[in-house]
Amino acid sequence: MSQATNESVLAAAEAENREFLVFSLGDEEYAIDILKVQEIRGYENVTRIANAPDFIKGVTNLRGVIVPIVDLRIKFHLETVEYGGQTVVIVVNVADRIVGIVVDGVSDVMTLIPEQIKPAPEFGVTLSSDFLSGLGSLDDRMLVLVDIDKLLTSEEMALVDSTSNR
Amino acid sequence: MDIADFFDTFFEEAEELLADMEQHLLELDVDDPDSEQLNAIFRAAHSIKGGAGTFGFSVLQKTTHIFENLLDHARKGELTLRADLVDTFLEAKDIMHEQLNAYRSDEEPNQEAYERICQTLQQIALEEIGQTLEAPVTPAPVVEQPATVTDNGETPAADEAHLLVTLLNVGEKDRTLLVEELEQLGDIQSQSGDEKCYEVILKGSVSADDIEAVMCFIIEPEQINISEVAAKAPVEKAPNPAAAPTADSVACEADVATVTTPPPQGEKNTPVPAKEKPARAASKKAASESSSIRVSVDKVDQIINLVGELIITQSMLDQTVSDLGDQSVGNSSLQNGMSLLQRNARDLQEAVMSIRMIPMEFVFSRFPRVVRDTAGKLGKEIELITEGKSTELDKSLVERITDPLTHLVRNSLDHGIEMPDEREALGKPRMGKLVLSARHQGGNILIEVRDDGAGMDRERLLAKARENGLNVSDTMSDEDVYQLIFAPGFSTAKEVTDVSGRGVGMDVVKRNIQGMGGRVEIQSKKGEGTNTRIVLPLTLAILDGMSIKVGSETFILPLSTVLESLQPTKDDMYAMAGDDVVLKVRDEYLPVIAIHEVLDVENAITDPTKSIAVIVQGEGRRYAMLVDELIGQQQVVVKNLEDNYRKVPGVSAATILGDGSVALILDITGLHRLSRAKKEAGKVVSNPHLSYYKEAEPS
Repeated sequence: MSQATNESVLAAAEAENREFLVFSLGDEEYAIDILKVQEIRGYENVTRIANAPDFIKGVTNLRGVIVPIVDLRIKFHLETVEYGGQTVVIVVNVADRIVGIVVDGVSDVMTLIPEQIKPAPEFGVTLSSDFLSGLGSLDDRMLVLVDIDKLLTSEEMALVDSTSNR
Repeated sequence: MDIADFFDTFFEEAEELLADMEQHLLELDVDDPDSEQLNAIFRAAHSIKGGAGTFGFSVLQKTTHIFENLLDHARKGELTLRADLVDTFLEAKDIMHEQLNAYRSDEEPNQEAYERICQTLQQIALEEIGQTLEAPVTPAPVVEQPATVTDNGETPAADEAHLLVTLLNVGEKDRTLLVEELEQLGDIQSQSGDEKCYEVILKGSVSADDIEAVMCFIIEPEQINISEVAAKAPVEKAPNPAAAPTADSVACEADVATVTTPPPQGEKNTPVPAKEKPARAASKKAASESSSIRVSVDKVDQIINLVGELIITQSMLDQTVSDLGDQSVGNSSLQNGMSLLQRNARDLQEAVMSIRMIPMEFVFSRFPRVVRDTAGKLGKEIELITEGKSTELDKSLVERITDPLTHLVRNSLDHGIEMPDEREALGKPRMGKLVLSARHQGGNILIEVRDDGAGMDRERLLAKARENGLNVSDTMSDEDVYQLIFAPGFSTAKEVTDVSGRGVGMDVVKRNIQGMGGRVEIQSKKGEGTNTRIVLPLTLAILDGMSIKVGSETFILPLSTVLESLQPTKDDMYAMAGDDVVLKVRDEYLPVIAIHEVLDVENAITDPTKSIAVIVQGEGRRYAMLVDELIGQQQVVVKNLEDNYRKVPGVSAATILGDGSVALILDITGLHRLSRAKKEAGKVVSNPHLSYYKEAEPS
């Protein structure tokens, strides 16, 4: 609820400027709405879930709450997927759920003004443009703005039961 | 602050009062009614009426009003009670309960039911005490003050009275609030005064008691003074004592037909109602408030969660200290502190868990009514005995056990206990006996529904099962035969009755109980009766588990499903068509489920003779599960997987182990289905996760 208020307050105050958390997957830079981010922590102690898609690493204990961990690098078919001291989990809050996403690293927090956000072009199969809210251009950098809500609740992520009666 | 804030309080109180009322009505001996009980029933009706009037629930208020009048006559001995009258009273109570629920969910109560019950009650009043109503000596229904005829404060007849409400020593903030409340109750004609003494003149049909009842939420009763003032030319200062009660009964009758017509009676100059009564009530309330508080379940659950976390942190610390080994041995204060922490944490957990525990009485208290109604409908004579009312059970379980238990009780009454004549012919007492009992047994609670009826007929069950196309054999054990009644659509009742026999339900009963992590057992002897035993865990939040290891992964099996474990030998393993394997255990062939195969565990022991077979039972079937290692028994806190993730096939929930890592709690039947689905899919499915769902869809 506080998030909704935050959002509306923020939207009213600085109608257009939005803040994004920038993270890297391989050489690419992605960004998600910072208001969706609950915390950032290291990758540790994940319990595997049998028969789940490979990008679902399993579940972990986040202070007593069982949280699923998704590796976006596997989901986006990155070539090298390594787990080390630098591997970072971004814990996000989407659709009343808590989900951890594994990324290669978190670089910074950026404020983008509307002129810097370009519409996303039609993409290939790996990352449907449905899950993008645009492309951010910052000097010579390009940020892929991910609509994390849509992505994580989508059918293909298999994070949410597709039918509510199950 | 709004008057609506008090609604919940009223609803909860009214609910308790109705429950009290029902209990007293059921215990009432119609031939020799206990005046204390009649008074208690009357008081309950009266309190509900008062509250309903205050909050503007007019339908409920009017129903209780008529009911209360009848009860008043009953407690004065003017109305002779009969069993059928008590039935009507119980029906009235049910309708009041429905009305209350309707108001609670912001709906209008059922008008038809309301009119019908009012008419019925009215009819009783006319027929049973028709004469006495005319008698001039009948005093108005006034609690504990039957003599003061002039005190009209109690009757909510639609008198448009002017009341002078005086507030003494009330601060400005409270005063504004109170005036707002008063506005809800009637028209404020004028208001003036200061902090010491503030006077409000209110025009409306509320009684002084009702106003006081509302005000007492905010200030002490001593701070309010309510008196009636003659606003217009007073008609009669001292009313004819005989006229008042007649007017009351007129008003009471008028309530049914036309609601708004005020009796043609002038304002009565009423003395201020005696102060002791509300004061006494208030002090009584204060006393009961100090002994218990209402807390929302969410808050309790939050505390339980936090304590669970504390326990986990404590065991993590414990682990760290023992890992220190020699270094910690020398440090006795660390050692002492750790053991103290452990003890305190366990005590705290126990204490917190006990908050959720409520006695079985909450469940059992509804059965006298169920038995009475059902027995009446069936024409049977039944004595209900309850044992172990004080046995405590987790609140969520108590809520979920009620329906299955009601079903079992009805079943016993309908199919178990014979008709009185039949019983007599068999040399049994005419009155059938039904025993409900609850008691602790180990870490479980055992609830029994026992009857001394006909018992189950093994042959008839088997015949019926064959008729229904179920796979049965004559060599089945009695226990297994009795379990047949839980098969969907199974009923041996010769005819479908109002009460049971449609065959719907027993399967639901079993499913519900299994959903609670429990099981049902039936013991029966033909001609002597049936004993249905429900075994439930004490709580849903904590599970007795057996931790097992497969490869490097730890899983939890619910201890209630584990029967035994053994080391399989090659001779006992038989391959069947395809790659199914069965294990022979004491002349029984059990399907083998290799957990490492079903759950794709790497580095697990694949040779069955080197692993351990755990014999488990799920939904009445037994399986042999192959695991690498048994770690031990432990209590685990059950955590939902679906909160942030989704349902996982073969897994019922998760828990957090002592080292802070997550372990999955296995679901036996889910695993079995999963293993079959995997075998059918030929192990070459690109995404077994999704394919499982497709396979499992029809079930």
